[in-house]
Amino acid sequence: MTTTTDHGLAGHSPRLSEGLPETSPNRRRFSWNFAIRIVLLLIAAALTLGPVLWTLSTSLRSPSESFKLPPSFFPWNPDFTSYGEVFQQLNIFLLVLNSALVTGLIAVGQMVSAAMAGYAFAHLKFRGRGALFSIVLATMMVPMQVTIVPVFMLIRGMGLSDTLLALILPAIPTAFGTFLMRQYFMGLPAELAEAASIDGASPWRTFRSVYAPLAMPGMAIVGILAFNFHWNEFFRPLILTISEQNFTLPLGLVSLQGNLGTGSISVVLAGVVLSMIPALVVFMFGQRVLQDGLTAGTGK
Amino acid sequence: MSTITRRMAGESGKRQSGKGVAGEPTTPDPNAPPQHQPTAKSRQSQRWLAWIFLAPTILGMGLFTLIPIVASMVLAFFRWDIISAPTFVGFDNFSEVVQDPTVRVSFLNTILFVVVAVALQLGLALALAIMVQEKMPAWLRVFFRSAFFFPLILSAASVSIFMRYLFNEQFGVVNWFLSLVGIPAVPWLTTPGGSAAVVILVYVWQNFGFSFLLFIGGLASIPVETYEAASIDGATGWRKHLYVTLPLLSPTTLVASVMAIINALQVFDQPYVLTRGGPGDSTRTAVMVIFESAFQRLEFGQASAVGVLLTLIIMAITAAQFRLSKRFVFYQ
Repeated sequence: MTTTTDHGLAGHSPRLSEGLPETSPNRRRFSWNFAIRIVLLLIAAALTLGPVLWTLSTSLRSPSESFKLPPSFFPWNPDFTSYGEVFQQLNIFLLVLNSALVTGLIAVGQMVSAAMAGYAFAHLKFRGRGALFSIVLATMMVPMQVTIVPVFMLIRGMGLSDTLLALILPAIPTAFGTFLMRQYFMGLPAELAEAASIDGASPWRTFRSVYAPLAMPGMAIVGILAFNFHWNEFFRPLILTISEQNFTLPLGLVSLQGNLGTGSISVVLAGVVLSMIPALVVFMFGQRVLQDGLTAGTGK
Repeated sequence: MSTITRRMAGESGKRQSGKGVAGEPTTPDPNAPPQHQPTAKSRQSQRWLAWIFLAPTILGMGLFTLIPIVASMVLAFFRWDIISAPTFVGFDNFSEVVQDPTVRVSFLNTILFVVVAVALQLGLALALAIMVQEKMPAWLRVFFRSAFFFPLILSAASVSIFMRYLFNEQFGVVNWFLSLVGIPAVPWLTTPGGSAAVVILVYVWQNFGFSFLLFIGGLASIPVETYEAASIDGATGWRKHLYVTLPLLSPTTLVASVMAIINALQVFDQPYVLTRGGPGDSTRTAVMVIFESAFQRLEFGQASAVGVLLTLIIMAITAAQFRLSKRFVFYQ
């Protein structure tokens, strides 16, 4: 995990291991201040993690016991009935396949297009570079909810309504990813390009063999951010997909819970837990990358 | 809004220099051979490559962002239900929207939501960040940071699904805990006040971690010497934070509040899944109105008008915030 800090977004890695300095040197005395602080933090952590633990352990209760109180926060006697049930009530395989296809293609598309555009903005010289980059940044400020109506009509006009492509195509051009990749490429020395061109390499060769391999960690950030965002996305799929065969996971789960929240608790929660697995994997292996990427470009 | 853009551009300029690999000196060596001059041919091929590389992003953004922005503004002046041809109606959509009680209530709801949720989110995040950054074992700090960050990786829809069960009046866990301390069952999702509270709590629960991360980064960049100087002057405990941390943290606070406000203004997933805007219109938000008038009532012109109004509000708030910041933010 420590290697992930070495991705060139310098200044975005808060120094984890160093806290604020000690201001009082009396170390041996029991400190009420310290105790109260830790207790408050533990309460906050319990309130943050508690609902997720409850979700996990309730999904592992049998459907008939799932609403019984007192609540359970740890699955002492796991019962997997609900997991079997959710596969019967919901076409989980199709939902996962749709979500994976949409998220995966968006992530790959963003990684490639952002790397190319970011490289052009960082290392290639052409007229109008500054102005074009400002336009790209400015598009970040417009909320997606405001453009959704024209996007919906555009998709319809292209004959793509109610297809997975309707979700994928508009999400590939990424202002934030382009910004991130430009930063990354600027962190790589320009001398590499000079050396390569003295050796007679074409600009394409210089990108392909010199810069692109060095930019893999930056592309990983773009990919992980895209994956996390689009795996969890609800608003666009709600509007751009109509038939159930094109639903993504969040949409399927909301429809399973139903308008009145009448779906069997443990079964719905089993689906929720299943949908969290990829996010959990990202959390375990790419937490640092995700944190740095999320706070990148906040002017810190 | 352009200020954010400029800040970002400024940042990038700073980072451009001094990031060599493996400690390579970045200052030019006076004995080095003269710089390689690119030939006209290589400059031309650079231009070609640049436009090929930019093509997917620029074309995609033009098609899916820039054209829709313009189209949205144009559409706000038309009446269109997609089936018949659009007719120009001038400012009718705006005047109808402004007079529509549902739209009014939902804008009021949105503003109220933003004020309360952002205040809670920033206050909680700042307090926790200060507590986490003070002296404690490293593993404990890692645990707290991960715990507070965790809700951010979940989907707002999934979170709202399980929160709806947790806040259920009869068999919800929240009311069960409240009953332990003698508080009678709260009708969370069936009363206007209760629903608004749940939407705010669920939103803050999921999003405070983002502000927390920003504050952690801001705190880490405050130089150690400032605290040493303050403690020599006799500042301790909360005074230290009041007179040192808060002023020095103000640039971070500004960025964190701008981002929190812009995100909160666009809230949709939580109220949609938790309450569907109800009971009545009590938790209907601006984006829910856009969604409903466009995709349930097929009033695309009115939906666009609401969208334009929302964008104007977002721009005005951002501009105001940066104007204020010139007076109150302390840059080192």
